[in-house]
Amino acid sequence: MYSKTVMDHFRNPRNSGTIEGADGVGEVGNPLCGDIMTMYLDVEDEHIKDIRFQTFGCGAAIAVSSMLTELAKGKSIEEAKKITNKDVAKALEGLPKNKLHCSNLGADALHMAIKDYEDRKAGRKKSEPTLSEPHEHDHGEKCYCPYCDAEIPEGVTFCKNCQLEAEDSR
Amino acid sequence: MKIVNLDHMSANPLLPEVQEAMIDAVKGNYGNPSSQHTIGEQAAEILENSRESVARLINAAAPREVVFTSGGTESVNHAAKGLAWANAERGKHIVTSNIEHNSVIRSMRRLKMMGFQITSIPVDEYGRVKPDDVARAIRDETILVSIMHSNNEIGTIQPIEEIAGITRDKKVLFHVDAVDSVGVVPIDVQTLGVDALSFASYPFYGPTGVGGLYVRRGVKIWPLLEGGIQEHSKRAGTENLIGIVGMGVAAELAIRDMESRIAHVKMLKQKLLKELPHYIDEYSINGHPEHSLPNLVSVSLKYIEGESIVLMLDDENIAVSTRSACASGSLRASHVLLSIRLSYADAQGTLVITFGVDNTEEDIVRFLEALHGTVNTLRKLSPLYKKAV
Repeated sequence: MYSKTVMDHFRNPRNSGTIEGADGVGEVGNPLCGDIMTMYLDVEDEHIKDIRFQTFGCGAAIAVSSMLTELAKGKSIEEAKKITNKDVAKALEGLPKNKLHCSNLGADALHMAIKDYEDRKAGRKKSEPTLSEPHEHDHGEKCYCPYCDAEIPEGVTFCKNCQLEAEDSR
Repeated sequence: MKIVNLDHMSANPLLPEVQEAMIDAVKGNYGNPSSQHTIGEQAAEILENSRESVARLINAAAPREVVFTSGGTESVNHAAKGLAWANAERGKHIVTSNIEHNSVIRSMRRLKMMGFQITSIPVDEYGRVKPDDVARAIRDETILVSIMHSNNEIGTIQPIEEIAGITRDKKVLFHVDAVDSVGVVPIDVQTLGVDALSFASYPFYGPTGVGGLYVRRGVKIWPLLEGGIQEHSKRAGTENLIGIVGMGVAAELAIRDMESRIAHVKMLKQKLLKELPHYIDEYSINGHPEHSLPNLVSVSLKYIEGESIVLMLDDENIAVSTRSACASGSLRASHVLLSIRLSYADAQGTLVITFGVDNTEEDIVRFLEALHGTVNTLRKLSPLYKKAV
Protein backbone atom coordinates (compact mmCIF):
# COMPACT_ATOMS: atom_id res chain seq x y z
CA MET A 1 0.00 0.00 0.00
CA TYR A 2 2.69 2.48 0.94
CA SER A 3 5.85 3.41 -0.97
CA LYS A 4 9.31 2.63 0.41
CA THR A 5 9.82 6.29 1.27
CA VAL A 6 6.58 6.45 3.23
CA MET A 7 7.48 3.32 5.18
CA ASP A 8 10.97 4.71 5.86
CA HIS A 9 9.56 7.94 7.28
CA PHE A 10 7.00 5.97 9.26
CA ARG A 11 9.57 3.62 10.77
CA ASN A 12 12.23 6.32 11.27
CA PRO A 13 10.42 9.61 11.66
CA ARG A 14 12.65 12.67 11.46
CA ASN A 15 12.33 15.64 13.83
CA SER A 16 9.69 14.24 16.17
CA GLY A 17 9.12 15.93 19.50
CA THR A 18 8.31 19.39 20.80
CA ILE A 19 10.17 22.69 21.20
CA GLU A 20 10.01 24.39 24.59
CA GLY A 21 9.28 28.06 24.10
CA ALA A 22 8.66 27.63 20.38
CA ASP A 23 8.29 30.71 18.19
CA GLY A 24 5.24 29.27 16.46
CA VAL A 25 2.91 26.34 17.09
CA GLY A 26 0.26 24.99 14.72
CA GLU A 27 -2.17 22.17 15.41
CA VAL A 28 -4.81 20.80 13.06
CA GLY A 29 -7.10 17.85 12.77
CA ASN A 30 -9.49 16.03 15.03
CA PRO A 31 -10.12 12.43 16.07
CA LEU A 32 -13.19 12.26 13.81
CA CYS A 33 -11.14 11.65 10.72
CA GLY A 34 -8.37 10.10 12.73
CA ASP A 35 -5.46 12.52 12.38
CA ILE A 36 -4.06 15.25 14.60
CA MET A 37 -0.77 17.01 13.82
CA THR A 38 1.16 19.59 15.80
CA MET A 39 4.12 21.52 14.39
CA TYR A 40 6.62 23.49 16.50
CA LEU A 41 8.89 26.15 14.97
CA ASP A 42 12.11 27.70 16.15
CA VAL A 43 12.72 30.74 13.92
CA GLU A 44 15.96 32.72 13.56
CA ASP A 45 16.60 35.44 10.99
CA GLU A 46 13.28 34.64 9.36
CA HIS A 47 14.52 31.10 8.75
CA ILE A 48 13.20 27.87 10.26
CA LYS A 49 16.14 26.89 12.45
CA ASP A 50 14.39 23.94 13.98
CA ILE A 51 11.03 22.23 13.42
CA ARG A 52 9.43 19.38 15.34
CA PHE A 53 6.24 17.44 14.97
CA GLN A 54 3.83 15.31 16.96
CA THR A 55 1.16 13.23 15.27
CA PHE A 56 -1.78 11.06 16.22
CA GLY A 57 -2.56 9.19 13.04
CA CYS A 58 -1.93 6.38 10.59
CA GLY A 59 1.24 5.43 8.71
CA ALA A 60 0.65 8.09 6.07
CA ALA A 61 0.03 10.79 8.67
CA ILE A 62 3.28 10.09 10.50
CA ALA A 63 5.24 9.90 7.24
CA VAL A 64 3.74 13.15 6.00
CA SER A 65 4.62 14.97 9.22
CA SER A 66 8.17 13.67 9.12
CA MET A 67 8.70 14.57 5.46
CA LEU A 68 7.19 17.99 5.99
CA THR A 69 9.74 18.82 8.68
CA GLU A 70 12.53 17.72 6.34
CA LEU A 71 11.19 19.95 3.56
CA ALA A 72 10.72 22.94 5.87
CA LYS A 73 13.86 22.80 7.99
CA GLY A 74 16.38 25.49 7.12
CA LYS A 75 14.03 27.27 4.73
CA SER A 76 13.03 30.89 5.01
CA ILE A 77 9.53 31.64 6.24
CA GLU A 78 8.55 32.84 2.76
CA GLU A 79 9.89 29.64 1.15
CA ALA A 80 8.17 27.47 3.76
CA LYS A 81 4.86 29.19 3.08
CA LYS A 82 5.05 27.88 -0.48
CA ILE A 83 5.34 24.23 0.56
CA THR A 84 2.16 22.47 -0.49
CA ASN A 85 0.64 19.08 0.23
CA LYS A 86 1.51 18.13 -3.35
CA ASP A 87 5.19 18.71 -2.60
CA VAL A 88 4.93 16.39 0.39
CA ALA A 89 3.10 13.66 -1.51
CA LYS A 90 5.61 13.88 -4.34
CA ALA A 91 8.59 13.71 -1.96
CA LEU A 92 7.02 10.60 -0.44
CA GLU A 93 6.76 9.00 -3.90
CA GLY A 94 3.02 9.23 -3.79
CA LEU A 95 0.27 8.32 -1.38
CA PRO A 96 -2.78 6.10 -1.85
CA LYS A 97 -5.70 8.22 -3.03
CA ASN A 98 -7.66 7.83 0.20
CA LYS A 99 -4.63 9.06 2.18
CA LEU A 100 -4.14 12.32 0.32
CA HIS A 101 -6.10 14.12 3.02
CA CYS A 102 -3.22 13.33 5.38
CA SER A 103 -0.88 15.42 3.23
CA ASN A 104 -3.42 18.27 3.32
CA LEU A 105 -3.28 18.12 7.09
CA GLY A 106 0.50 18.29 7.21
CA ALA A 107 0.71 21.38 5.03
CA ASP A 108 -2.07 22.95 7.11
CA ALA A 109 -0.18 22.35 10.35
CA LEU A 110 2.98 23.98 8.98
CA HIS A 111 1.08 27.01 7.72
CA MET A 112 -0.79 27.35 11.02
CA ALA A 113 2.57 27.32 12.83
CA ILE A 114 3.92 30.00 10.48
CA LYS A 115 0.77 32.07 10.98
CA ASP A 116 1.18 31.70 14.74
CA TYR A 117 4.78 32.91 14.49
CA GLU A 118 3.73 35.93 12.39
CA ASP A 119 0.81 36.73 14.69
CA ARG A 120 3.09 36.75 17.71
CA LYS A 121 5.67 38.87 15.86
CA ALA A 122 2.98 41.39 15.02
CA GLY A 123 1.87 41.46 18.63
CA ARG A 124 -1.46 39.90 17.82
CA LYS A 125 -3.11 37.59 20.32
CA LYS A 126 -1.59 34.14 20.41
CA SER A 127 -3.89 31.85 18.48
CA GLU A 128 -5.31 28.90 20.34
CA PRO A 129 -4.54 25.43 19.02
CA THR A 130 -7.07 24.53 16.37
CA LEU A 131 -7.82 21.11 17.83
CA SER A 132 -11.53 21.70 17.75
CA GLU A 133 -11.63 22.86 14.13
CA PRO A 134 -13.26 20.34 11.88
CA HIS A 135 -10.92 19.21 9.19
CA GLU A 136 -12.06 20.68 5.91
CA HIS A 137 -10.96 19.99 2.39
CA ASP A 138 -10.88 23.59 1.33
CA HIS A 139 -7.72 23.79 -0.75
CA GLY A 140 -9.31 23.06 -4.07
CA GLU A 141 -7.82 19.61 -3.69
CA LYS A 142 -9.79 16.67 -4.94
CA CYS A 143 -11.58 14.18 -2.77
CA TYR A 144 -12.15 10.65 -3.92
CA CYS A 145 -14.87 8.17 -3.07
CA PRO A 146 -13.31 5.48 -0.90
CA TYR A 147 -15.40 2.82 -2.66
CA CYS A 148 -15.03 3.48 -6.36
CA ASP A 149 -12.22 6.08 -6.51
CA ALA A 150 -14.42 8.48 -8.48
CA GLU A 151 -13.85 12.15 -7.84
CA ILE A 152 -16.32 13.75 -5.44
CA PRO A 153 -17.03 17.45 -6.11
CA GLU A 154 -16.32 20.00 -3.42
CA GLY A 155 -18.88 20.19 -0.64
CA VAL A 156 -20.71 17.08 -1.81
CA THR A 157 -20.95 13.98 0.31
CA PHE A 158 -22.78 11.69 -2.13
CA CYS A 159 -20.93 9.65 -4.71
CA LYS A 160 -23.06 9.58 -7.86
CA ASN A 161 -21.01 6.77 -9.29
CA CYS A 162 -21.71 4.13 -6.71
CA GLN A 163 -24.90 5.69 -5.36
CA LEU A 164 -23.57 5.75 -1.84
CA GLU A 165 -23.20 8.33 0.83
CA ALA A 166 -19.52 9.20 1.25
CA GLU A 167 -20.20 10.45 4.76
CA ASP A 168 -21.96 8.25 7.25
CA SER A 169 -24.77 9.81 9.26
CA ARG A 170 -24.84 8.17 12.66
CA MET B 1 10.79 -15.42 12.10
CA LYS B 2 7.43 -17.14 12.29
CA ILE B 3 4.50 -14.84 11.73
CA VAL B 4 2.19 -14.72 14.71
CA ASN B 5 -1.32 -14.57 13.27
CA LEU B 6 -3.63 -12.93 15.78
CA ASP B 7 -6.13 -11.95 13.12
CA HIS B 8 -8.14 -15.15 12.67
CA MET B 9 -11.23 -13.06 12.11
CA SER B 10 -9.86 -12.14 8.69
CA ALA B 11 -7.99 -15.23 7.62
CA ASN B 12 -7.71 -18.78 8.91
CA PRO B 13 -5.19 -21.41 7.93
CA LEU B 14 -6.89 -24.39 6.31
CA LEU B 15 -6.62 -27.51 8.45
CA PRO B 16 -4.67 -30.37 6.82
CA GLU B 17 -7.80 -32.53 6.39
CA VAL B 18 -9.58 -29.64 4.68
CA GLN B 19 -6.61 -29.07 2.38
CA GLU B 20 -6.48 -32.76 1.43
CA ALA B 21 -10.19 -32.94 0.70
CA MET B 22 -10.00 -29.83 -1.48
CA ILE B 23 -6.93 -31.08 -3.36
CA ASP B 24 -8.77 -34.35 -4.02
CA ALA B 25 -11.69 -32.33 -5.31
CA VAL B 26 -9.38 -30.32 -7.57
CA LYS B 27 -7.72 -33.45 -8.98
CA GLY B 28 -10.83 -35.59 -9.08
CA ASN B 29 -13.28 -35.87 -11.91
CA TYR B 30 -16.12 -34.10 -10.17
CA GLY B 31 -18.67 -32.83 -12.59
CA ASN B 32 -21.67 -30.57 -12.35
CA PRO B 33 -24.16 -31.82 -9.75
CA SER B 34 -27.04 -30.85 -12.05
CA SER B 35 -26.01 -33.19 -14.88
CA GLN B 36 -28.06 -36.32 -15.54
CA HIS B 37 -25.14 -38.67 -16.16
CA THR B 38 -22.86 -40.59 -13.80
CA ILE B 39 -20.23 -37.85 -13.57
CA GLY B 40 -22.92 -35.43 -12.48
CA GLU B 41 -24.47 -37.92 -10.04
CA GLN B 42 -21.12 -38.42 -8.37
CA ALA B 43 -20.77 -34.67 -7.98
CA ALA B 44 -24.29 -34.43 -6.60
CA GLU B 45 -23.50 -37.06 -3.99
CA ILE B 46 -20.46 -35.12 -2.82
CA LEU B 47 -22.50 -31.93 -2.70
CA GLU B 48 -25.19 -33.51 -0.57
CA ASN B 49 -22.65 -35.14 1.78
CA SER B 50 -21.18 -31.70 2.46
CA ARG B 51 -24.65 -30.29 2.97
CA GLU B 52 -25.43 -32.95 5.59
CA SER B 53 -22.25 -32.12 7.50
CA VAL B 54 -23.01 -28.40 7.53
CA ALA B 55 -26.66 -29.01 8.47
CA ARG B 56 -25.50 -31.08 11.42
CA LEU B 57 -23.15 -28.30 12.56
CA ILE B 58 -26.12 -26.03 13.15
CA ASN B 59 -28.68 -28.77 13.90
CA ALA B 60 -30.97 -27.92 11.00
CA ALA B 61 -34.04 -30.15 10.87
CA ALA B 62 -33.23 -31.17 7.30
CA PRO B 63 -30.15 -30.71 5.08
CA ARG B 64 -32.20 -28.94 2.41
CA GLU B 65 -32.71 -26.05 4.81
CA VAL B 66 -29.04 -25.16 4.14
CA VAL B 67 -28.29 -23.16 1.00
CA PHE B 68 -24.65 -22.83 -0.09
CA THR B 69 -23.49 -19.31 -0.94
CA SER B 70 -20.27 -17.50 -1.81
CA GLY B 71 -19.82 -16.42 1.79
CA GLY B 72 -21.26 -14.47 4.70
CA THR B 73 -21.91 -11.31 2.69
CA GLU B 74 -24.00 -13.11 0.08
CA SER B 75 -25.89 -15.01 2.78
CA VAL B 76 -26.75 -11.79 4.58
CA ASN B 77 -27.74 -9.97 1.39
CA HIS B 78 -29.90 -12.93 0.38
CA ALA B 79 -31.56 -13.16 3.77
CA ALA B 80 -32.25 -9.45 4.23
CA LYS B 81 -33.43 -8.73 0.71
CA GLY B 82 -34.98 -12.13 -0.05
CA LEU B 83 -37.05 -12.17 3.15
CA ALA B 84 -38.08 -8.51 2.80
CA TRP B 85 -39.18 -8.81 -0.83
CA ALA B 86 -41.01 -12.13 -0.34
CA ASN B 87 -43.02 -10.85 2.62
CA ALA B 88 -43.57 -7.24 1.53
CA GLU B 89 -47.32 -7.75 1.06
CA ARG B 90 -47.69 -8.19 4.82
CA GLY B 91 -45.77 -5.04 5.61
CA LYS B 92 -42.64 -3.05 4.91
CA HIS B 93 -41.05 -2.42 8.30
CA ILE B 94 -37.78 -4.03 9.38
CA VAL B 95 -36.03 -3.91 12.76
CA THR B 96 -32.26 -4.26 13.07
CA SER B 97 -29.47 -3.04 15.38
CA ASN B 98 -26.82 -0.31 15.35
CA ILE B 99 -23.89 -2.69 15.46
CA GLU B 100 -24.61 -5.01 12.55
CA HIS B 101 -21.94 -5.90 10.04
CA ASN B 102 -21.71 -3.62 7.01
CA SER B 103 -23.35 -6.26 4.81
CA VAL B 104 -26.53 -5.96 6.90
CA ILE B 105 -26.33 -2.18 7.12
CA ARG B 106 -25.83 -1.73 3.37
CA SER B 107 -28.59 -4.23 2.58
CA MET B 108 -30.96 -2.35 4.89
CA ARG B 109 -29.95 0.92 3.28
CA ARG B 110 -30.72 -0.53 -0.15
CA LEU B 111 -34.09 -1.78 1.10
CA LYS B 112 -34.82 1.68 2.49
CA MET B 113 -34.15 3.13 -0.96
CA MET B 114 -36.69 0.62 -2.27
CA GLY B 115 -39.43 1.80 0.06
CA PHE B 116 -38.97 -0.23 3.24
CA GLN B 117 -38.82 1.46 6.65
CA ILE B 118 -35.93 0.49 8.87
CA THR B 119 -35.70 0.91 12.64
CA SER B 120 -32.23 0.43 14.11
CA ILE B 121 -32.02 -0.40 17.82
CA PRO B 122 -29.19 1.10 19.89
CA VAL B 123 -27.02 -1.05 22.14
CA ASP B 124 -25.70 -0.61 25.66
CA GLU B 125 -22.05 0.13 26.47
CA TYR B 126 -21.25 -3.60 26.17
CA GLY B 127 -22.84 -3.77 22.75
CA ARG B 128 -25.92 -5.75 23.88
CA VAL B 129 -29.39 -5.30 22.43
CA LYS B 130 -32.26 -5.26 24.94
CA PRO B 131 -35.02 -7.69 23.93
CA ASP B 132 -37.55 -5.18 25.31
CA ASP B 133 -36.30 -2.59 22.82
CA VAL B 134 -36.89 -5.06 20.00
CA ALA B 135 -40.39 -5.82 21.27
CA ARG B 136 -41.21 -2.12 21.47
CA ALA B 137 -39.94 -1.48 17.96
CA ILE B 138 -42.10 -4.16 16.36
CA ARG B 139 -45.27 -2.75 14.77
CA ASP B 140 -48.17 -4.23 12.81
CA GLU B 141 -46.28 -3.65 9.57
CA THR B 142 -43.06 -5.30 10.78
CA ILE B 143 -42.11 -8.35 8.75
CA LEU B 144 -38.49 -8.95 9.68
CA VAL B 145 -36.01 -8.58 12.53
CA SER B 146 -32.29 -8.96 11.76
CA ILE B 147 -29.83 -9.07 14.69
CA MET B 148 -26.33 -10.56 14.66
CA HIS B 149 -25.44 -13.45 16.95
CA SER B 150 -21.96 -12.15 17.76
CA ASN B 151 -20.14 -9.00 16.76
CA ASN B 152 -16.90 -9.25 14.80
CA GLU B 153 -15.36 -6.11 16.32
CA ILE B 154 -16.11 -6.43 20.02
CA GLY B 155 -17.20 -10.05 20.34
CA THR B 156 -20.45 -9.38 22.19
CA ILE B 157 -23.04 -12.15 21.92
CA GLN B 158 -26.72 -11.13 21.72
CA PRO B 159 -29.69 -12.63 23.63
CA ILE B 160 -30.92 -14.39 20.50
CA GLU B 161 -33.20 -16.94 22.17
CA GLU B 162 -35.03 -14.22 24.07
CA ILE B 163 -35.47 -12.13 20.95
CA ALA B 164 -36.67 -15.19 19.01
CA GLY B 165 -39.33 -15.73 21.67
CA ILE B 166 -40.57 -12.21 20.99
CA THR B 167 -40.52 -12.50 17.19
CA ARG B 168 -42.33 -15.85 17.28
CA ASP B 169 -44.94 -14.32 19.54
CA LYS B 170 -45.49 -11.39 17.22
CA LYS B 171 -45.29 -13.55 14.08
CA VAL B 172 -42.31 -11.67 12.65
CA LEU B 173 -39.45 -13.38 10.79
CA PHE B 174 -36.07 -13.42 12.55
CA HIS B 175 -32.77 -13.50 10.65
CA VAL B 176 -29.49 -13.83 12.52
CA ASP B 177 -26.07 -13.00 11.10
CA ALA B 178 -24.00 -15.71 12.76
CA VAL B 179 -20.94 -15.47 10.53
CA ASP B 180 -18.51 -15.12 13.44
CA SER B 181 -20.26 -17.72 15.60
CA VAL B 182 -21.02 -20.81 13.51
CA GLY B 183 -18.27 -23.35 13.99
CA VAL B 184 -16.75 -21.25 16.76
CA VAL B 185 -19.37 -21.59 19.49
CA PRO B 186 -22.28 -24.07 19.59
CA ILE B 187 -25.09 -22.89 17.33
CA ASP B 188 -28.35 -24.83 17.36
CA VAL B 189 -31.04 -23.29 15.18
CA GLN B 190 -33.74 -25.31 16.99
CA THR B 191 -32.74 -23.98 20.41
CA LEU B 192 -32.21 -20.46 19.09
CA GLY B 193 -35.56 -20.53 17.34
CA VAL B 194 -34.53 -18.43 14.34
CA ASP B 195 -36.04 -18.41 10.86
CA ALA B 196 -32.86 -17.71 8.92
CA LEU B 197 -29.17 -17.79 9.81
CA SER B 198 -26.16 -16.58 7.81
CA PHE B 199 -22.71 -18.10 8.17
CA ALA B 200 -19.34 -18.47 6.42
CA SER B 201 -16.77 -21.22 6.17
CA TYR B 202 -13.50 -19.52 7.06
CA PRO B 203 -14.26 -18.83 10.76
CA PHE B 204 -14.11 -22.58 11.29
CA TYR B 205 -11.03 -23.17 9.16
CA GLY B 206 -12.75 -23.80 5.86
CA PRO B 207 -11.89 -21.90 2.70
CA THR B 208 -12.84 -18.28 2.07
CA GLY B 209 -15.40 -17.58 -0.64
CA VAL B 210 -17.89 -20.14 0.65
CA GLY B 211 -20.73 -19.82 3.14
CA GLY B 212 -24.27 -20.82 3.84
CA LEU B 213 -27.73 -19.56 4.60
CA TYR B 214 -30.10 -21.57 6.77
CA VAL B 215 -33.76 -20.98 5.99
CA ARG B 216 -36.36 -22.77 8.10
CA ARG B 217 -38.72 -24.87 6.04
CA GLY B 218 -41.89 -22.99 5.25
CA VAL B 219 -40.33 -19.51 5.41
CA LYS B 220 -41.03 -17.43 2.32
CA ILE B 221 -37.85 -16.09 0.72
CA TRP B 222 -37.02 -14.82 -2.76
CA PRO B 223 -33.72 -15.85 -4.34
CA LEU B 224 -30.92 -13.32 -4.75
CA LEU B 225 -29.37 -15.13 -7.70
CA GLU B 226 -31.81 -16.41 -10.31
CA GLY B 227 -31.36 -18.63 -13.31
CA GLY B 228 -31.08 -22.37 -12.83
CA ILE B 229 -32.85 -24.40 -10.16
CA GLN B 230 -29.80 -25.22 -8.03
CA GLU B 231 -30.11 -25.22 -4.25
CA HIS B 232 -33.81 -26.10 -4.54
CA SER B 233 -34.38 -22.98 -6.63
CA LYS B 234 -33.16 -20.80 -3.79
CA ARG B 235 -29.76 -19.91 -5.24
CA ALA B 236 -29.00 -20.33 -8.93
CA GLY B 237 -25.55 -21.05 -10.29
CA THR B 238 -23.29 -24.04 -10.67
CA GLU B 239 -22.00 -24.86 -7.22
CA ASN B 240 -18.47 -24.09 -6.01
CA LEU B 241 -17.90 -27.76 -5.29
CA ILE B 242 -14.24 -27.44 -4.30
CA GLY B 243 -15.06 -24.79 -1.74
CA ILE B 244 -18.15 -26.63 -0.51
CA VAL B 245 -16.15 -29.84 -0.03
CA GLY B 246 -13.68 -27.87 2.09
CA MET B 247 -16.53 -26.38 4.10
CA GLY B 248 -18.08 -29.80 4.66
CA VAL B 249 -14.89 -31.28 6.05
CA ALA B 250 -14.29 -28.18 8.16
CA ALA B 251 -17.82 -28.57 9.55
CA GLU B 252 -17.16 -32.18 10.57
CA LEU B 253 -13.96 -31.14 12.33
CA ALA B 254 -15.72 -28.27 14.04
CA ILE B 255 -18.38 -30.63 15.39
CA ARG B 256 -15.71 -33.02 16.62
CA ASP B 257 -13.33 -30.45 18.15
CA MET B 258 -15.60 -27.58 19.24
CA GLU B 259 -15.10 -28.11 22.97
CA SER B 260 -11.33 -28.45 22.87
CA ARG B 261 -11.01 -25.46 20.54
CA ILE B 262 -13.08 -23.26 22.81
CA ALA B 263 -11.01 -24.35 25.81
CA HIS B 264 -7.80 -23.50 23.94
CA VAL B 265 -8.77 -20.02 22.74
CA LYS B 266 -10.38 -19.22 26.10
CA MET B 267 -7.08 -20.03 27.76
CA LEU B 268 -5.22 -17.72 25.40
CA LYS B 269 -7.79 -14.96 25.87
CA GLN B 270 -7.57 -15.19 29.64
CA LYS B 271 -3.78 -15.16 29.53
CA LEU B 272 -3.79 -12.06 27.33
CA LEU B 273 -6.23 -10.18 29.55
CA LYS B 274 -4.33 -11.16 32.69
CA GLU B 275 -0.87 -10.18 31.38
CA LEU B 276 -1.87 -7.02 29.48
CA PRO B 277 -1.64 -4.59 32.44
CA HIS B 278 1.98 -5.69 32.99
CA TYR B 279 2.90 -4.44 29.53
CA ILE B 280 0.77 -1.37 28.86
CA ASP B 281 -1.41 1.13 30.66
CA GLU B 282 -4.19 3.54 29.64
CA TYR B 283 -6.33 1.04 27.77
CA SER B 284 -9.85 -0.37 27.92
CA ILE B 285 -11.37 -3.68 26.92
CA ASN B 286 -14.54 -3.56 24.85
CA GLY B 287 -17.54 -5.86 24.72
CA HIS B 288 -19.47 -7.81 27.31
CA PRO B 289 -17.34 -9.48 29.99
CA GLU B 290 -19.50 -12.61 30.01
CA HIS B 291 -21.53 -12.87 26.77
CA SER B 292 -18.62 -12.70 24.42
CA LEU B 293 -16.82 -14.77 21.77
CA PRO B 294 -14.12 -16.89 23.45
CA ASN B 295 -11.60 -16.16 20.69
CA LEU B 296 -11.77 -12.36 20.50
CA VAL B 297 -10.29 -9.46 22.45
CA SER B 298 -11.02 -5.85 21.55
CA VAL B 299 -8.66 -3.37 23.21
CA SER B 300 -8.67 0.41 22.87
CA LEU B 301 -5.24 1.96 23.38
CA LYS B 302 -5.43 5.59 24.37
CA TYR B 303 -3.65 8.40 22.50
CA ILE B 304 -2.56 6.41 19.45
CA GLU B 305 -4.07 5.31 16.13
CA GLY B 306 -4.88 1.80 14.94
CA GLU B 307 -3.27 1.55 11.51
CA SER B 308 0.07 2.77 12.78
CA ILE B 309 -0.10 0.12 15.54
CA VAL B 310 -0.88 -2.61 13.00
CA LEU B 311 2.02 -1.55 10.74
CA MET B 312 4.53 -1.51 13.61
CA LEU B 313 3.39 -4.90 14.86
CA ASP B 314 3.60 -6.17 11.29
CA ASP B 315 7.25 -5.11 11.27
CA GLU B 316 7.66 -7.56 14.16
CA ASN B 317 5.84 -10.30 12.25
CA ILE B 318 2.65 -10.03 14.25
CA ALA B 319 -0.70 -9.72 12.49
CA VAL B 320 -3.63 -8.03 14.19
CA SER B 321 -6.57 -6.04 12.96
CA THR B 322 -7.90 -2.56 13.57
CA ARG B 323 -11.06 -0.66 12.69
CA SER B 324 -9.65 2.85 12.75
CA ALA B 325 -10.97 5.30 10.21
CA CYS B 326 -7.67 5.42 8.34
CA ALA B 327 -7.45 1.65 8.14
CA SER B 328 -11.03 1.21 7.02
CA GLY B 329 -10.34 2.88 3.69
CA SER B 330 -13.59 4.74 4.09
CA LEU B 331 -12.09 7.26 6.51
CA ARG B 332 -14.94 6.59 8.92
CA ALA B 333 -14.60 5.56 12.54
CA SER B 334 -16.17 2.20 13.33
CA HIS B 335 -19.94 2.48 13.79
CA VAL B 336 -19.74 -0.39 16.27
CA LEU B 337 -17.25 1.36 18.54
CA LEU B 338 -19.15 4.63 18.35
CA SER B 339 -22.39 2.76 19.21
CA ILE B 340 -20.87 1.53 22.49
CA ARG B 341 -20.07 5.14 23.30
CA LEU B 342 -16.32 5.11 22.75
CA SER B 343 -14.90 8.54 22.06
CA TYR B 344 -13.70 9.11 18.50
CA ALA B 345 -10.09 9.10 19.69
CA ASP B 346 -10.45 5.79 21.56
CA ALA B 347 -12.29 4.26 18.61
CA GLN B 348 -9.31 5.10 16.39
CA GLY B 349 -6.88 3.29 18.66
CA THR B 350 -8.74 -0.02 18.87
CA LEU B 351 -7.24 -3.39 18.03
CA VAL B 352 -9.18 -6.59 17.36
CA ILE B 353 -7.22 -9.69 18.34
CA THR B 354 -8.64 -13.08 17.38
CA PHE B 355 -7.08 -16.40 18.35
CA GLY B 356 -7.05 -19.73 16.58
CA VAL B 357 -6.03 -23.33 17.14
CA ASP B 358 -2.57 -22.59 15.77
CA ASN B 359 -1.80 -19.94 18.42
CA THR B 360 0.35 -20.74 21.44
CA GLU B 361 1.09 -19.07 24.75
CA GLU B 362 4.42 -17.93 23.34
CA ASP B 363 2.50 -16.06 20.65
CA ILE B 364 0.72 -14.10 23.37
CA VAL B 365 4.02 -13.21 25.05
CA ARG B 366 5.59 -12.13 21.74
CA PHE B 367 2.56 -10.00 21.00
CA LEU B 368 2.61 -8.32 24.42
CA GLU B 369 6.32 -7.55 24.19
CA ALA B 370 5.93 -6.06 20.72
CA LEU B 371 2.83 -4.14 21.80
CA HIS B 372 4.74 -2.63 24.73
CA GLY B 373 7.40 -1.21 22.40
CA THR B 374 4.91 -0.09 19.78
CA VAL B 375 2.64 1.72 22.23
CA ASN B 376 5.59 3.54 23.82
CA THR B 377 6.97 4.65 20.46
CA LEU B 378 3.64 5.91 19.16
CA ARG B 379 2.70 7.65 22.39
CA LYS B 380 5.98 9.56 22.29
CA LEU B 381 4.94 10.78 18.85
CA SER B 382 1.39 11.67 19.89
CA PRO B 383 0.25 15.19 20.78
CA LEU B 384 -2.65 13.66 22.76
CA TYR B 385 -0.32 11.85 25.15
CA LYS B 386 1.54 15.03 26.03
CA LYS B 387 -1.72 16.76 26.91
CA ALA B 388 -2.81 13.92 29.17
CA VAL B 389 0.52 13.67 30.94
